[in-house]
Amino acid sequence: MDAPKAQFRRVAIRAGQPATLSFEGTVIRATIGDSVLAALLESGALIRRLEFGAEPRAGFCLMGACQDCWVWSAEDGRLRACTTPVADGMTLFADPQPMAGGHG
Amino acid sequence: MADIVIIGAGPAGISAAEVLCAKGLRPVLIDEGAQAGGQGYRRPADDLALDMNRLMGSEAGKYTALHRRFEMLRPKIDYRPRTLVWAIDGSQLHLLRDGQAQTLDFDKLLIASGAMDRVAPLTGWTLPGVFTLGGAQVALKDQGCLIGSRVAFLGSSPLLALAAKQYRDMGAEIAVIADTTPLAAKVAALPALLRAPRTLRRGIWYMAASLRAGTPMLHGVTPVAVEGENRVEALVLRDKRGREHRFACDAVALGYGLKPETQLADLARAEFAYDPGFRLHLPKIDGLGRARPGLYLAGDGVRIGGADAAEASGALAAHAILSDLSHPQDIEVVRRLARRVKRLRNFQRGLARAFAWPTAQIAALSDSVTLCRCENVTVGAVRAEMCREFGPIEVNRVKAMTRCGMGRCQGRVCGPALQEIVAAEAGQDGALAGRLRGQAPIKPIALAAAGYPT
Repeated sequence: MDAPKAQFRRVAIRAGQPATLSFEGTVIRATIGDSVLAALLESGALIRRLEFGAEPRAGFCLMGACQDCWVWSAEDGRLRACTTPVADGMTLFADPQPMAGGHG
Repeated sequence: MADIVIIGAGPAGISAAEVLCAKGLRPVLIDEGAQAGGQGYRRPADDLALDMNRLMGSEAGKYTALHRRFEMLRPKIDYRPRTLVWAIDGSQLHLLRDGQAQTLDFDKLLIASGAMDRVAPLTGWTLPGVFTLGGAQVALKDQGCLIGSRVAFLGSSPLLALAAKQYRDMGAEIAVIADTTPLAAKVAALPALLRAPRTLRRGIWYMAASLRAGTPMLHGVTPVAVEGENRVEALVLRDKRGREHRFACDAVALGYGLKPETQLADLARAEFAYDPGFRLHLPKIDGLGRARPGLYLAGDGVRIGGADAAEASGALAAHAILSDLSHPQDIEVVRRLARRVKRLRNFQRGLARAFAWPTAQIAALSDSVTLCRCENVTVGAVRAEMCREFGPIEVNRVKAMTRCGMGRCQGRVCGPALQEIVAAEAGQDGALAGRLRGQAPIKPIALAAAGYPT
């Protein structure tokens, strides 16, 4: 990522088990209970690139309506980052990935 | 016993379920969220060290009470969180939970689907760091995060000052609170706003708090652009005298009031009518919330009224269900609820004048502004299509030709602005621009989950 400065700023601590995920090959530390979106934006990552022209996007409505925060997992296909909780070991990408078990 | 299903576990859905439980009925309460409460009374997970009493301020008592009531209610109902209703087919709902599809039959359906922000596009609004105003509050309540360290609040809504206060209290710098409606319109709306003096007082108090904190607060602004390379760096505005100002910030919260999430009501075959005051197509309901036989609509999902109106309208719709099931009615209770709902919703009509949807500003947007975030369609692309010989003058036709509103959000975000661009370009009223129709699945789901082989 060329923009390491975080977008989100955490102001309330979450007590929970630590989770480590990777996004575009970068290791991201989070806490179980965090949304994928919060974990990524706290670390300074973008969320996705627009299919048309590759401009960066980082979500918009944050309540599951706009569908502008999709990220991709090799195992589970497309995830809506704002409503998906992090899981330890998640491997995520900003672009669609070929899926092991066929495309959902 | 009749199968009663309530969609949405916000204040409307919870209140409706209570009324039904009190008569010995056991409704199903379906909610897309993991925690009950809806968006406004959203409850953070227990592991988040967030002082909700402080955050909710004057509404803390109501927030706590609603969640306490829900805990009492929970064992008496069939509560299904994290469940999306993605289609309605006759008297059958199609559900998705944990990636698994299910169906559920109903005799009576109450939809309390809530609302989302209505937003007007501007140059740069797709940059990372621009979020809806509601989203800015969700980030805080759901994740304990601020959307940025130095945040600009833009739009036209009493919630701009409220959210800014919450953000300031939590340590954010507020770059500016910029409202597109002139102060004179707010003064002119005061008589209508006096219908709910407590809410009015709260609104004035939030504004006063911003003034005390020294936050720049502008009324009657014209948004120019969100600037930045790959992320938000500044918000540029013209003030009411036409002078340009640049506010350095790393996030923008954008909101022009709320609009009902009516996709499910549409699939349940509610009829719609254009409301010129809100400039929205809204489902038609009777005084108790009946949309058609067996279908009831309540809360902000049918008429924006705020949390108090949502509670009352949810209870009212439940009384309508009871009446239609031939339960004896407590006429006085129903009358009182109906009066309360009417008063609070009328207050919102006053608010819609004090914090107006900026139709003229949207009509004047430059061709280069992105209108549809999903499909990357510009304002200019819509205008160009409409200018062709025999070009479309209705939103669904414009959608078919340009893909504006055809993307994965189903026009939830661009729809209201598209309506204004189409109305202005065709030189006609908002009503004639038409209404984007809801389609199943109302949110994207995997084909495999819908039962199709892949």
